[in-house]
Amino acid sequence: MKPRLLENKKDFTLKDFFLQWEWLLVVLIMAVFIMNTNLSEYFLDYDNLRDATMGFLDKAFMVLPMVFIILMGDIDISVGSIVALSSVIMGDLYNHGMPMEWAMVVCLAVGALCGWINGLLIVKFKELSAVIVTLATMIIYRGIAYIILEDQASGKFPEWFKFLGWDYVGNIPFILITFAVFAVAFGFLLHKTTFGRRVYAIGNNATASRYSGVQVDRIKIIVFTLAGLMAAVTAIFLTSRMGSTRPNIATGYELEVIAMVVLGGISTAGGKGRMIGAILAVFLIGFLRYGLGLVNVSAQMLLIILGLLLIFSVAIPQLKLRFTTGRKA
Amino acid sequence: MSETEYVLELKGITKIFPGVKALDDVYFKLKPGEIHALMGENGAGKSTFIKVITGVHSPEEGEMVLNGRKVQFNHPTDAQKAGIAAIYQHVTCYPDLSVTENIFMGHEKIQRGTNRILWNEMHKEADTLLQQLGAGFSPKTLMGALSVAEQQIVEIAKALSVDAKIIIMDEPTAALTKNESEELYRITERLRDRGTSIIFISHRFEDMYRLASKVTVFRDAKYIGTWNVDEISNSDLIIAMVGREISQLFPKKEAVIGEELLRVEGIGKTGYFADVSFSLRRGEILGLTGLVGAGRTEVCQTLFGIEQYDKGTVIFKGKVLKVKTPREAMRLGIGYLPEDRQKQGLVLQWEIGRNITLPTLSKFANKGIVNSRKELDIAKRLAEKVSVKAKSVFDLVSSLSGGNQQKVVFAKLLTAELDVLILDEPTKGVDVGAKSAIYEMISDLACSGYGIILVSSEMPEIIGMCDRVAVMREGRVTAMLDRQGLTQEAILEASMDDGASAPNTDGKRWAGA
Repeated sequence: MKPRLLENKKDFTLKDFFLQWEWLLVVLIMAVFIMNTNLSEYFLDYDNLRDATMGFLDKAFMVLPMVFIILMGDIDISVGSIVALSSVIMGDLYNHGMPMEWAMVVCLAVGALCGWINGLLIVKFKELSAVIVTLATMIIYRGIAYIILEDQASGKFPEWFKFLGWDYVGNIPFILITFAVFAVAFGFLLHKTTFGRRVYAIGNNATASRYSGVQVDRIKIIVFTLAGLMAAVTAIFLTSRMGSTRPNIATGYELEVIAMVVLGGISTAGGKGRMIGAILAVFLIGFLRYGLGLVNVSAQMLLIILGLLLIFSVAIPQLKLRFTTGRKA
Repeated sequence: MSETEYVLELKGITKIFPGVKALDDVYFKLKPGEIHALMGENGAGKSTFIKVITGVHSPEEGEMVLNGRKVQFNHPTDAQKAGIAAIYQHVTCYPDLSVTENIFMGHEKIQRGTNRILWNEMHKEADTLLQQLGAGFSPKTLMGALSVAEQQIVEIAKALSVDAKIIIMDEPTAALTKNESEELYRITERLRDRGTSIIFISHRFEDMYRLASKVTVFRDAKYIGTWNVDEISNSDLIIAMVGREISQLFPKKEAVIGEELLRVEGIGKTGYFADVSFSLRRGEILGLTGLVGAGRTEVCQTLFGIEQYDKGTVIFKGKVLKVKTPREAMRLGIGYLPEDRQKQGLVLQWEIGRNITLPTLSKFANKGIVNSRKELDIAKRLAEKVSVKAKSVFDLVSSLSGGNQQKVVFAKLLTAELDVLILDEPTKGVDVGAKSAIYEMISDLACSGYGIILVSSEMPEIIGMCDRVAVMREGRVTAMLDRQGLTQEAILEASMDDGASAPNTDGKRWAGA
């Protein structure tokens, strides 16, 4: 049989290019900017934008590994508790005489350990879903944080520690630079490496991946460990911004992080979505929150808006599907 | 009372699915109080036939006469109301509900007016039914706590509770031990003595000889004949089931048989297979056949590291092989083409190219960073080699036909440096044209020095392609046939229970049977 020659190029159409989810996020961000500019004449001021960014970037570190987790069809709702536990341990060790540098290293280690435990449990007990496992560890990690500090606060950190969350390198916030470095690294890991490709494979078809020699369990454990590690990075920046720590910090962060990832176009069914979408969603929600804060919209109202945005983000692809396939559900 | 001799008569039934005649002018007659065996190979049309009787499918042609009256079923409930019930090999039940609830599911006893469920009456009636069947468990037991055999008794009780006059049993003994089968025989005979008619489908000759008075044989969707069980010999029956000629041509080329690659010595996995031995040489195609559920796939999966064997040893290229993951197996040189290409073989939502490179992605990467150009080159070259019909390697695999999807799975195997290829039902669900392309490919692979294990239920394929054939039945290798002694009759005889064979090992049920 004569071998058929296959074409070398991928079809490229402008329609497909502009029908990408990320463009919708860009439009929404622009809408938020227009709204905010009308609310406050100072909004578009560079200093103002810069400081607004610093206010919401702390939890964005957790969005990066959460993209991987949701891509694999899993979820991790314990990250907020990991922030609290690693932060409390860091504060407590410092208050008991450990140098702050070492306390920070321990903080990162604790976060990574918590994530590793999540991954191990999920891999070893396949009959339990990731929601259940991380629900349990969410309660446990937060519980340990309460045992350590017993409703007390820990603080009086060294002056330089404040720099992390509050200061600038040149005229750019240190936290923004750090986030940019991590975002590029995670984006690269996801889109350019064999590791990222295998994450997508697992999310689309874990069985076929295993049959193709992908080490599914190992990759899951690594990803969950990364999630724990990045929760500890959040813990450091959050603690720096607050100047003290308590066992109840970062409550509800996990939901906001998951909301950002989903709004970013990462399918909860696994296997679909891109890092850039989640990063855009971070800024969309961040600036939306900031703008609503300008006009004193209550925190509860903000949650409602967030919820509506989430439903919207899940519904749009369905509606698009119905539209393109002749109005069949 | 009845004017005709038969409770059920089917005349000239033809059922057509897109592109396939699943039943072609089929006849069947059932007397009251008769146990009638229905036999045939996998794909002979038995299942479709049952679905016609139970109203799941409506036939294109032919008529069905029930108690002397012509009937037409448009829905399974029509058949149910007419007193026809079916009991399947894989019991469909609600494991977390009680036996009573399972029996009365869909026709609960309800007090008029208040709609209150009459639990006491239901438990009482369920108990009566179970006692009639000689069951030793209470109707309040949870369904999930029962064995498969006991669950089948519940299914029979359910059929009786709706007053079924005709009961169809589809391979009911396939998942049962010897003792449990005996119990089922007794119950079936008791039903017959009450006047219920039974259509009994089984691959086991033993079942047929023990129970049935009549046997009807289907082959390739056609009606072959009906005989009295005591008037037909075992070998005549096999010929009726198999037919004689091998109609298809296979492009088997003579390959140079080289050194021994793989030697399997008495491996076993409790509950799945036992004492399996065979060897494989370079250039050789070894067939592994037997009925579905005989343990073939399980053996292959232990060689590929999906499952672990717990007895025996495997020698691969002179070294003991004990792999724990598919990745290890592939690194050593063993590849596996899984039985279910959509679930196990492919990432359907992905492009052809990405699917092809998935098993050996590291080869197209430098320090973990994928080299897209190199990846694209290899993917394109392999897709062309197996002649996938597509526009480019960027086409989604889900858009391809079954045959072309299977070619992509083959291409995946070619990316790695392998010595042994295990092909599990490589032509399942593939159209005829793609089939012969796949046969040609398998033959070429053998010639280029691979050792190939071909797992297949299709006899012409096994006979046309293989140098040697291992036949499995109930987890054991029952025959090792050379190319000279390779006939359909020999394979069938070794793959079916002839009634005189040894009982199951350990008395376990064969999972996946």
